[in-house]
This record gives sequence, C-alpha cells and structure tokens, in this order.
Amino acid sequence: MQPTDIRNPAYFHKVVDCQWACPAHTPVPEYIRLIAAGRYSDAYLVNWKANVFPGILGRTCDRPCEPACRRSRVEESAGNKPEPVAICRLKRVAADLKDDVRARLPKPARKHNGMRVACVGAGPSSLTVARDLAPLGYQVTVFEADAKPGGFMRTQVPRFRLPEEVIDEETGYILDLGVEFVANRRIESMRALLREGYDAIFVGSGAPRGRDLDLPGRREAAAHIHVGIDWLASVYFGHVSKVGRRTLVLGGGNTAMDCCRSARRLGGEDVKVIVRSGFDEMKASPWEKEDAMHEGIPILDCRVPKAFLHDNGRLTGMSFEKVRVEYVDGKRRLVPTGEPDEVHECDEVLVAVGQENAFPWIERDIGIVFDAKWDMPVVDKLTFQSTLPHVLFGGDAAFGPKNIIWAVAHGHEAALSIDLLLGGADTRDRPGPAVELVSQKMGIHEWSYDNEVSNDQRYKVPWADPAKTLKSMQLEVELGYDAQTAWKEAQRCLNCDVQTVFSDNLCIECDACVDICPMDCISFTWNGEEADLRTRLSAPALNTGQALYVSAPVKTGRVMVKDEDVCLHCSLCAERCPTGAWDMRKFFLEIAHAGDGAPKAGKEKAA
Amino acid sequence: MTYIAKPSLHHPSLTCNALGYTRRDYEGRISTLCAGCGHDSISAAIVRACWELAIEPHRVAKLSGIGCSSKTPDYFLSPSHGFNTVHGRMPSVLTGANLANRELLYLGVSGDGDSASIGIGQFVHAIRRGVNMVYIVENNGVYGLTKGQFSATADAGSVSKKGVVNTDAPLDLVGLALQLGATFVARSFSGDKEQLVPLIKGAIAHRGAAILDVLSPCVTFNNHAGSTKSYDYVREHNDAINKLDFIEAREEIVVDYAPGELIEVEQHDGSVLRLRKVDVAYDPSDRVAAMRYLHERQAAGEIPTGLLYVEENAQDLHARIRTVAAPLNTLDTAALCPGAAALEKINAGLR
Repeated sequence: MQPTDIRNPAYFHKVVDCQWACPAHTPVPEYIRLIAAGRYSDAYLVNWKANVFPGILGRTCDRPCEPACRRSRVEESAGNKPEPVAICRLKRVAADLKDDVRARLPKPARKHNGMRVACVGAGPSSLTVARDLAPLGYQVTVFEADAKPGGFMRTQVPRFRLPEEVIDEETGYILDLGVEFVANRRIESMRALLREGYDAIFVGSGAPRGRDLDLPGRREAAAHIHVGIDWLASVYFGHVSKVGRRTLVLGGGNTAMDCCRSARRLGGEDVKVIVRSGFDEMKASPWEKEDAMHEGIPILDCRVPKAFLHDNGRLTGMSFEKVRVEYVDGKRRLVPTGEPDEVHECDEVLVAVGQENAFPWIERDIGIVFDAKWDMPVVDKLTFQSTLPHVLFGGDAAFGPKNIIWAVAHGHEAALSIDLLLGGADTRDRPGPAVELVSQKMGIHEWSYDNEVSNDQRYKVPWADPAKTLKSMQLEVELGYDAQTAWKEAQRCLNCDVQTVFSDNLCIECDACVDICPMDCISFTWNGEEADLRTRLSAPALNTGQALYVSAPVKTGRVMVKDEDVCLHCSLCAERCPTGAWDMRKFFLEIAHAGDGAPKAGKEKAA
Repeated sequence: MTYIAKPSLHHPSLTCNALGYTRRDYEGRISTLCAGCGHDSISAAIVRACWELAIEPHRVAKLSGIGCSSKTPDYFLSPSHGFNTVHGRMPSVLTGANLANRELLYLGVSGDGDSASIGIGQFVHAIRRGVNMVYIVENNGVYGLTKGQFSATADAGSVSKKGVVNTDAPLDLVGLALQLGATFVARSFSGDKEQLVPLIKGAIAHRGAAILDVLSPCVTFNNHAGSTKSYDYVREHNDAINKLDFIEAREEIVVDYAPGELIEVEQHDGSVLRLRKVDVAYDPSDRVAAMRYLHERQAAGEIPTGLLYVEENAQDLHARIRTVAAPLNTLDTAALCPGAAALEKINAGLR
C-alpha cells in the first residue's frame, strides 16, 4: 500500500466516526470534552455553529452519529451489550445547563450588502440559511404559512418530546439576527415570488403531504381515519384533543411513533402500531420504538392492511393479511403466509405510512425543471441549486423526507452556494474545510485531554413518572442527564479526534507501541496489498470500512500499519514511544459555511 | 512511566487458549521502565509464549534479583507466584524452591548486572547443577538503574553515552552456559519476537537448565552510536543461525524440508523443537563445535542468535540426586521421619 496521506483532511476526519457521520459534521468529541469540563455554554456554541438547533436536536435528532460511534465497536469484547456514547443526549445537556449565550451569538449585520434572499417555509433548512446569511449582511425574509417559526419541529413533533420553549428559544436566536419573519403567509405562486425581485430564493418548505391508504372502506369511514402528520398538526393547534379508545396506527416510521404515543395521551387506552414490514426493518429509530413500547404500545409487524371495516360509516376495525419477509437477490419481498386475515377492532386509525413532496405552487413554465418520473424539482446534489440558478432547494423539499440534521446540513450548503453565487463565484468551486492538527503533549506522560478510558456502560436518561407523562401532552418524558451523570457519560467518549500521528523517520522499531496497545491495533510488517495486509496484522483488520494507516518504510524496510477500527485513542503508544515517533494530535475540522470566502485548500496547521 | 492503567478493553477478535484465557489474562501491571525498553518486549514475548502454551499461571514461579530486568516479573503473569530476591541471589532461591516443589515452572528473570556481576557465582552453580528452569538474562550491557555504567557484558571497545571507551573484556553468558553444561542454550534479541517467542516456548518445555541470553537495548543509556547493544547495532550484526518452530506434542508434524536443512529434537513432554537451519554447517547438538563456532563468529564481530545448543536427553538436578517423584513439600511426616529403625539402617551403612 502507498503511505497514508494524512495531509488530506478527509483521512483523519473519517477516523472521527461521529463527526464524519453527522450530516452537518458537528465536532462531537470537542463538545463532549467541553461538557466534561463543565463548559456547557462553550459546548453549546460549538454545536450551535455546526448544527444550529442543539436544544432541539439534543431531544429529537435521528443520531446518525451514534451507530457510527467507535465506542460500540470497542465494547464488543466487553461482554455486555455494546452501546455508543449517548452523543445526542449529551448535546441536550449542553443546551439545558448552559448560561445565557445571547451575548456570544453573532450580531445583526450593521450594514446590509444590498442582496435580498427569500426563504420559503420556516423549518430547519430555511432557518439555517437565514442564520448563515443574515450576519453577513444579506437581507433575509422568511415566509411561513403558520404563525410561528419551526415548521415540522413545531407542528408535528409532539410537546412531550420537545417543549415549545426550546423551539422558541432556538428559532428566536435566528430571527434576532435581523431576519425578517413573515408569519401566516403561504407562498402560493413561485412566479409571483420571483417577480418580487429577490436575488436568491431558498425553498425549504418540507414534505408536507402525508401519504394516504386507498383501501376499501376508506371513504365510507373517513371520519375516523386520519393522515398522521395532519393529525399531529391538528393536535398541536388544539383542533384535536381526544382519540378513540381503541386506536390503530399504521406505519413504521418515527411519525407513527409520535402518533401512537400522542394517541396514548389523548384517551387511547388500546393503541397498537401495525406495520407491513418486519420489526427490524422499520424506518423508526430503535430508541423511538423502545420509547413507544415502554409506554405499553405493542408493535405488530408483517401485517399488510387490506380493508377498513365499518358499520354504515362507523369504523369497527381493520383487516390485515399476514406476510413474511423474504429476500430475493437482496430485494425485500413480503410473501403472504396463507394464514387467514387478521382483524383488529378499532375506533380510530392514524395513517402514518410516509410523506411526499408537493409543489402545486411552483409553476412548471418558469424555468425550474421537474423530474418527469417523481415530479420533483431537479436539484444539484452539491450546490442545491435548481435549474434556475438563484432558486435553491433544501431539507425535505430537495430530496424527499429525511430529518432535521439533514435539513440543517442542506441549509449550510445552500447558504454557501447563495454566498458564492451572489459574490460572483462559481458555486461548484467550494471552499475546503478549516483544519487544525495540534499536539496534545503537555509533559512526559501528560496530555491536554483525559486519556484514561472509562469502562462504564451507557447511562440511561432518566424519565418522568409514566403515571404523569401518559396523562399529559405537554409534560416532557425524558428529563435529561444531570451534570454528574453527564460527566460520567462524557467519559465514555474515546476522544477519537485526538489522532495517533506517526513519524516514520523517528521510529527505532523497539516494539513498545505494539506491546502496549490494548487493542492490538499496531503492527510492523512487510508491505503488501491491502487485502493481504489486513490478514497478517497483530489482530486481523476485518472492518474494511475503517482505514489502515500505513507509514513509509522504517529502517528495517518494514512499514508501520495501524488499524484505525478499534483504537481507544488512549495515548499509550505515544507514552511508551521513546523517540516521540507517535504523537497525539487533536484534529479539529470545521466545514466551510457561508462567508468562509473564496475556495481554498484545507489549511493545515500542524504543530 | 505511564500513569494510566492499560485499559481492559481488548480487540473483538482476541481468542482464548485451551484454558479459556486470553493473552491479556497473562499480562501484569503496567511497566514502570523507560519507554522503549527492550525488557518490555521480552515481557510481552513471555506473555505470548505462556498464553500459546496454555500454561496455568498459578503453576509458574517468577524469580528475579535486583535491577531493571528484575523488576519485570511485575509486568507479566500477574496471577503467578513471584519472588524478588537479594541482588544476584535469585539462582540459589530458585534452586531451593525447585527442590522443595519440583512441579512448578521456574522462570528466573535477571539482567547482566544481577547475573554477570554480583550474581555470577550463583549463576554458574545453578547451571552446573542442572536446575530445571528457564533462566532469561535481559542483557543490555549497562547498569541502567544506576545511570548507565558499563556492565560485565559490555564489549571491549564499546563506547558509553558520555563517550567513555570500555577497556575490560566482556563476559560471554552463552559461552559460560555452554561450558558449564547447560542443556538448552539460546541467544535472541528483544526486537525480534518471531525468534524469541518460540525459543521461550522451547525453553519452557525443556527439562534441565535452559539459558536464554536476550539482547535488550537500554534506550536511555545504551542506544547510541558506539554501543554494541543498541537496536541498530544488534540488527546490523544479528547472525541468526537457525529458526525454531516449537511444535506441541498434540500437533501433527509435517515435514517439508530437504534433508540437512532441518533438525528435530523431541523433548521430554513430547513436544518437538524443529530447527530450520540457516547455516547448514551448524550442529546445535555438538557442544564443543557450538562453542568453537560461536567464538569464531563473535571474533568476527557478529552476534550469533538462535537455538545454539540443545541436549536431547538432558537430566535435571532431581534426576541426578535421585529425589522422589513427589514434590518434597507434599511429603508427610511418616515419609520424612521413617523412624529409628530406618536411621539405624543408614548409620549401619556408613560404618
């Protein structure tokens, strides 16, 4: 193999699994260390810069970082259930325990730059665009059909998961940047909006249409059948305050989980979730399924809805065909088991089987090309521009339903595109990330980070008393970690951003690092092809998703090979190295946001 | 030294030996030696050898004297018995322990100061007697614990870190061991575990005095230009005369070498030492030839390593003095005090 090019920011970025997996590339280990140090406001601001809504995301994020977390891989050998660091809930700790940070946030621009940007919808992607552009002098106007900003976060995510004051606070930080917020104005025509002469228009209107189920009995029993996201919004606006005693929720995504838990609080005593697919393939996050089941809601899988049963329009139940999951050539198929159909009696049904985008308000003859197959606007995956270069799409409006953190990531990129576009630059020529790589050495065996590895299992987030929470739509179920538990959970973080950096010219091949490494990550061996090399290291490197760090030849002609997979970043290799050939260096990467200027390569500051 | 304990987390693929222990179970406390010390690599090799042989840790006695090397038994085999003796007196204590309980595996760990200077008298007599032991000398040519003065194994002409030239003749532990009748004699290098681990395994399986002289660079005081015991010097002058494969008794033996290239020595426990010859002329079963060969190579400035001598039908101290098969510490009063009639009989035999 060729020696690893650690000057390429992507190499060490990939080692920080959580940050790499986060769509907004939040510097996770950095903020977890700040939480451990009790610097909650600093931890909040690191988050705020990267993901805009730390308090909201700390409660509702889809957490792509956690399945990626190295901690669960290193715990595989520890006997108990391997669990990632509770990254998401630590984020909430930063938001909960911080001081007043308003003085530390950017100020509204003193002078406008003369450019006007319109954002359609006040959901997470639009608000991210507004936050990134307003301090730079852009005059940003956000149009929202509802009275308050937040979009789906406010109207669909139930209050027992996300208190309204958290939304008010974090959307407020953005509107306070001098953003003009136009409430209660639904944009009905893109043509008309274009005529208003904005320099750029960002469409962040989400995927507002819930899919329906066109089955026998749907029309007849319509009064008792609701589309999930519309129903959740009705609950939020107070149009719905109770639900049938026996309620069925159809669908296996997070919306279905919000529906069933809400129903449980609005008088649904017998609430069931019924899903077509197998339990493990459900779209809902594992923890959201657990939370629902914890509240006494059974999830019945492998049941395909066939008909709504009714008695002269009064819903009496639903029938389901039982299926089993089979995989043919990697494709999933639901095969009927042949058992008789199952009937579940019910008074009300909530249909949460997916969402769709809908753009009836965008005229098709104004230069925005729509994809013929899906009837979706054609959007550039890098720049988020439509075929009309100054009209951009992001969040669920761009590529279909995802989640808040993806919407934020889209918002950052779209804002950067707008800044480049209106600055006369090429939107495809994007600035690289800002990168720092700084030695953490303080003394002979002292590091400026806590290198001792905790053996603790993941700490549970305490819950409020279910007897109370199940009676209230408002009472938040999760209480969040207290400071002490947060510290202990933070200690589980392996500090994967503190990189092991090897200097081949200093190595004397004494084997000290090989001998001390608790995870058998390091080998000195003869070079070879990657596939071959992976089999003949101190421990086999079977996780091909994780890189091998290969040095240039050392004195004997062998190479140092480090398998990044399960490294604890404990610094023992560097502590046992007599020549300083190993060093622990903190890698800090921030992706470019709007205002980070003209294209530049990653500026590396190796200390 | 390092302040944090080695984390107990380990690689998911770490396997268990026949006893159900992982390699990590054979480790000791974290080393307090200088970072990069060769001794730590030897400790790691001992850990690996004992794990691979599935040695029961509680059947091992680790004995050492004084010095950097003698500290190392703390850094491997934590569950084993340990005895840290007076400086240079480890061989006598080991001999005594071995006489009292012949069923333990005796692992003597010492250094060039402890064995070649203050303890040379003890060292030679334990070998002469053929005590059944694995005696590892972690040889770095300096007194590391007292800031790097030349030890008795430092080569004449080698230069200290401060530039002083050694004028004394060196003591050759391998030559001594051969002359004194050791039945398993090897030399190796801390930086070459491929060679060292099989040698330790072979020595453990050997019944008799097994002496391993392991060159182990002192990174702090003896790893500079002018030293003959530095990582670079040993690598440049290392002359491996054979490669040892240790084959346990239960393993099937497959031979795929041309005659003359291979020597196989079966040991008491049925294990086999298979030597792949690098130097075809070298015969490790001929003590006199081995001594001569070593002298020639050493005179030429080379450091011959590998299994230098092994005696197939070695006898240990217990066989020579015909002790009972049962460990002495298990004999009861009746066996130890057979009574007046037995005493009378012995006395009669002496008249």
